[in-house]
Amino acid sequence: MNGAGTARNGDGMAEEWLIKGARIAGADRVADIRLAGGVITGVGEDLSAPGARVLDAAGLVALPGLVDLHTHLREPGREDAETVETGTRGAALGGFTAVHAMANTEPAADTAGVVEQVWRLGQQAGYCDVRPVGAVTVGLGGRQLAELGAMADSAARVRVFSDDGNCVADPLLMLRALEYVKAFDGVIAQHAQEPRLTEGAQLNEGEVASRLGLAGWPAAAEEAIIARDCLLAAHVGSALHVCHVSTAGSVEIIRWAKSKGWQVTAEVTPHHLLLTDDLAAGYDPVFKVNPPLRTHADVAALRAALADGTIDCVATDHAPHPVEAKETEWAAAANGMTGLETALRVVHLAMVDTGLLDWAGVADRMSARPAAIGRVPGHGQPLRPGGPANLTLYDPAAPAEAVDPAAHASKSRNSPFAGMALPGQVHATFLRGTATVLDGKVTR
Amino acid sequence: MTGSPMPAGRHRHLISAADLSRDEAVLILDTAAELASVAGRPIRKLPTLRGMTVVNLFFEDSTRTRTSFEAAAKRLSADVINFSARGSSVAKGESLKDTALTLEAMGADAVVVRHSASGAAHRLAGWVTGSVVNAGDGTHEHPTQALLDAFTMRQRLGAPDQRGGGLDGVRVTIVGDVLHSRVARSNVLLLATLGAEVTLVAPPTLMPYAVETWPCKASYDFDAELRKSDVVMMLRVQQERMTAAYFPSIREYSRRYGLDAGRMALLPEHAIVMHPGPMNRGVEIAAEVADSPRSTIVAQVSNGVIVRMAVLYLLLGGAAAAA
Ligand SMILES: [Zn+2]
Repeated sequence: MNGAGTARNGDGMAEEWLIKGARIAGADRVADIRLAGGVITGVGEDLSAPGARVLDAAGLVALPGLVDLHTHLREPGREDAETVETGTRGAALGGFTAVHAMANTEPAADTAGVVEQVWRLGQQAGYCDVRPVGAVTVGLGGRQLAELGAMADSAARVRVFSDDGNCVADPLLMLRALEYVKAFDGVIAQHAQEPRLTEGAQLNEGEVASRLGLAGWPAAAEEAIIARDCLLAAHVGSALHVCHVSTAGSVEIIRWAKSKGWQVTAEVTPHHLLLTDDLAAGYDPVFKVNPPLRTHADVAALRAALADGTIDCVATDHAPHPVEAKETEWAAAANGMTGLETALRVVHLAMVDTGLLDWAGVADRMSARPAAIGRVPGHGQPLRPGGPANLTLYDPAAPAEAVDPAAHASKSRNSPFAGMALPGQVHATFLRGTATVLDGKVTR
Repeated sequence: MTGSPMPAGRHRHLISAADLSRDEAVLILDTAAELASVAGRPIRKLPTLRGMTVVNLFFEDSTRTRTSFEAAAKRLSADVINFSARGSSVAKGESLKDTALTLEAMGADAVVVRHSASGAAHRLAGWVTGSVVNAGDGTHEHPTQALLDAFTMRQRLGAPDQRGGGLDGVRVTIVGDVLHSRVARSNVLLLATLGAEVTLVAPPTLMPYAVETWPCKASYDFDAELRKSDVVMMLRVQQERMTAAYFPSIREYSRRYGLDAGRMALLPEHAIVMHPGPMNRGVEIAAEVADSPRSTIVAQVSNGVIVRMAVLYLLLGGAAAAA
């Protein structure tokens, strides 16, 4: 590592690299990529770079560094489940160069002080850029707006605001939040869940939950909020982002809102692209997540929507939990699944192997679009000379291997993909020209 | 039952009525009938499970179910430990796993578990080596209740020699809060296996989602179903369902879905009235119906002990014989 591994955030002390023979996603060609000074200094055939470290990338796909709009890093407050350091290490291993840290920490990220703390922890860890998400309401309580402007003006430069975990259910508060953040080009990311329709809800309201005697989480409880929020966003000409879309009906509403030209964007999680509610049959809470796993028809609609752009991007909703939060009866278990270290492989299986997306499409849905929605500077850009050297090298031909959560960098083990054979492997990740991951392992 | 020493050799646990094949269900009923004839004699205790430990693990209060299992285990000479986890200081969620480890240390051969969470018995079965008998998990299942109900139906409606028989063609109407009823779920599954024709009756708000995928029919019209019922099973309805707006008032519920003397008169002459208890007299069932000759409510209680003896005997008896 030439000592460069100690570089904070890759800035200023970047390494020099010559990546040989990578398939550039989107450019439809095989080329060398030269990195120096934190930027891409060349893309072309037979580049030379004396003194640079050489990485043989034959057979690897080069993607712009992945950007996650939805990550729970748990710090401050639940460092037993995850820390900024362990979470971002996992993110780098998953090919990410920027992640958005959700606000439902303890204390909640509802002040400039907390978002700056999280942002600094990200800088110190140095695995990827941590973009704190600010809470919409004080303590995620849904009663009073948090100081959104102070968070926007802070060193963390917050642009995405969300009460994720909770829905901003009060329509007036939601309307005001949408309108208020226009002053600093902010976006409200909504966890769409009508609270009264989901009291005690455990699993997708459907044939499986009914048979298992688990209280249903109806699709309409998500769709009603999305429809309402689209109307509110249109009314004030503001930007709405819909978190973890999980139903076919939600897709239709978002498609309609987009057809009106409204500023509505949406994300889907890897687990909603692959898994269905019938996995709950054994009552193993590793499959308990909010919104819940839905049906095969929903999965098909979500895949199609991601392919046609109705859903803009993939976001992990990485939600680590300690073992005891899942080693319980279903109703007592925490919601959530880890996802950073498996996201790209799941998208490979669900979207690329099915012919729904090519690698250019993956680059768009996992880097360009989320970076644009999150207003993340320096990320999500095509791999071109002069661009920031944030990139991921992925080996799509790596033989499918069973996921082993014990091998994950995350502090938590609650991967729903445990034991499932997923294709591909993240080979290397570069943050501003510095390798955070090489040969599938973190560099430090 | 899932996992070993049933004579069929297949089962270690009884978690869901769906786990039972017709032959297995009939075997339990026949074994219960055998035990009933023994129970009638002066020697009421059998040595079958001597030296074995049955733990009653109740996270929810249910004196009637717990005492029924306790009596069943004791009549088979098992040692019984009543483990009431309710109100324990262990944090919710940790308690089930921790309790499972405690039971393991105590060497429980069988654990009879009642829990407010659906799937609790299923989870427990993954953490203990003994047999798990589901005595009611949340709004999921209560398989021994379904077995004792089937036993009672066969006793009252079956052919003179009932051994080996199912409930083919028997028309059973189950009425009330089906949505939240573990008794209804287990009964639908078991009765369908035994050949009965089940119809669920409930207000639409208390009918389970996707009930059309269940092996039964569903109706909102109680009176229309009564005339073609051999069995009417009334489910308990809880006051709290009203506050959650499942129906407007207890009185309206009772008028539309309660079984009173007027409705009872619509039943065919031979038809019986069942209730898993505890009853809300005057709500889902009128006192004069509960106390009428059609009512099997008392028989259900005594049959409960016999059927649970049969279940414990078949789950543990083979192991005891081998030991
Ligand atoms: Zn959420």
